[in-house]
Amino acid sequence: MAYPKRFDGRAWDEPRPMEAKVGVVPRADGSAMFRIGNTVAIAAVYGPRDLHPKFMQNPETGILRCDYNMLPFSGHGDRVKPGGGRRAREIGMVMENAIRPVIDLKDYPNTVVDVFVDLPQTDAGTRCAAITAAAMALADAGIEMKELPAAVAVGRVSDKFVVDLNYDEEAHEDGAADIPVAMLPRSGKVTLLQMDGDIQPADLKKVLQMAHKAIIKINEVQKAALKARFADK
Amino acid sequence: MTETIHIKDKTIAVPGETLAEGMSVLPGAGTYRDGDAIVCSRLGLASVEDKVIKIVPMSGVYTPKLGDHIIGKVTDILLSGWRVETRSPYSAVMNTKDAVTDFIPRGANLAEYFALGDHIVIKIVNITSQHLVDVTMKGPGLMKLQGGRIVEVSAAKVPRIVGRDGSMIQMIKDATGCEIIPGQNGWIWIKGKPQGEILAIEAMRAIEREAHLPGLTERMKAWLTQHAKR
Repeated sequence: MAYPKRFDGRAWDEPRPMEAKVGVVPRADGSAMFRIGNTVAIAAVYGPRDLHPKFMQNPETGILRCDYNMLPFSGHGDRVKPGGGRRAREIGMVMENAIRPVIDLKDYPNTVVDVFVDLPQTDAGTRCAAITAAAMALADAGIEMKELPAAVAVGRVSDKFVVDLNYDEEAHEDGAADIPVAMLPRSGKVTLLQMDGDIQPADLKKVLQMAHKAIIKINEVQKAALKARFADK
Repeated sequence: MTETIHIKDKTIAVPGETLAEGMSVLPGAGTYRDGDAIVCSRLGLASVEDKVIKIVPMSGVYTPKLGDHIIGKVTDILLSGWRVETRSPYSAVMNTKDAVTDFIPRGANLAEYFALGDHIVIKIVNITSQHLVDVTMKGPGLMKLQGGRIVEVSAAKVPRIVGRDGSMIQMIKDATGCEIIPGQNGWIWIKGKPQGEILAIEAMRAIEREAHLPGLTERMKAWLTQHAKR
C-alpha cells in the first residue's frame, strides 16, 4: 500500500500550522510556548543562576541544563509515567547538544542556565517542538546566542518524503523514517540529527534540504513571536 | 564602501537577525560580525549611532558591575563579615571593616549589626574574574533599610525607572510622597503611606511594561497627576 496523500491533507513539504508566544510564564526569567499541529511545548528558562550541587560547577563557563517532560495526559490515551525516564533523559541531553553551540556562557562561570520544557499535548515531533520553544525562551531570558536554533522532523512515509511527521504518519503500516533535525537557520549548520527507521543515503540529503526550508519558516514564526512581546499595546 | 543598514533605530532585534552589511559598519555590544554582515546576538532594542550598531538588552538577570549601587539581603554571617544576596548568579561578601566604623572585638556577635534577612544598600567595590564580589557600606546613601518594602523589577528596566539624572524617580517620589531607593539589581525599596506605596508600585510596573516605547516620561507624568489626586 502506497501513501498517495497525507492523512491531514498537507503538502509533502508543508509543516503543520504553527503558533508561538513568548513570555507565557511570568515568574521565569524567560519563557515561550510553541505549538505545531497538535504538539504543544512550553519552555521556561531560569538563570544564569547559582549551581548546586557544587561539584557540577565549571569555573571556566556556565553550563546549560535541559529538562524534557511529557505530561501524563499528553499522549494518545496511555498515561505517560511522570518523573522522567530513560527517554526523557536522552531527549534532555540531545536538546542541550542542539542548543549549546549557539550560546556562550563564558561570562558566567560556576553558574547554570536551566531550561524546563513541558509538553501538555503531543502528536509526534516533541523534541523538535521542545528545541524550538527552548530557543525562544532563552532569547527572552536575555542569553546571548549567535542564532535562534529551530527544529523539525523530516523523513519517509511509505514511498513519500515528508516534512513534520505526525503520529499517524510515524506509525504508517508500510514503515517510515523519522529524522528529527535541528538547524541554525542563518548558517544552515545542523545541531541535531537522529533517525528512527531507514532511508537511502541519497534520499537523506533530499529530506535535509526540505528540513532547511521548513526551519526557515519556523524561524520566521520564532522571530515574530519575540518581536510581538514588545509590540505597542 | 557599500553598506546597508537593515534595522531601524529603536526597533526590536532578535538573535540571528542580520542588522547590517558592509565592513564600514561596526558591531557593538550584543552583536557580532559574520563575514560582511553584522548579526544580532541578543534580544533587545537596536541602537544605530553613526556606524556603530549595538543592542540595548530588555531582559536578563542582573550581573554585578563595579561601582553599582544595589540593594542586598544578608543571607549568612561569616568569620569577619556578611554574605549578601545580590539577586544575581553571584553572592557578595561584605567585610566588617567595610560595614561599620565601631571597633568589633574578636568573637563579637555580628548579628547585632546586620541580622539574617536584613536588606542593605551597598556599593560594589571589587569583582574578580571568577565573580567573587566585594561590597561596601561606606559611602553616601549606603545604609541598612528599616521598614518599608522591597519591590522586584527587571534589572534591565531600572535605568528607565530612575530616568535621566533621576528625573523619573523624582517624579514618582513627588507624586506619591514615598521615599524610594532603587538598586541597580532590580530591587527597589519603598517607604511611605500605604496608598502612596501602592501607587508607586503601580507606576513602576507601568514603566517596566512600557520601558521600550518612546514618550515614556510624558505619559508617566500624565498618569501620575491623574492618579495622585484620587
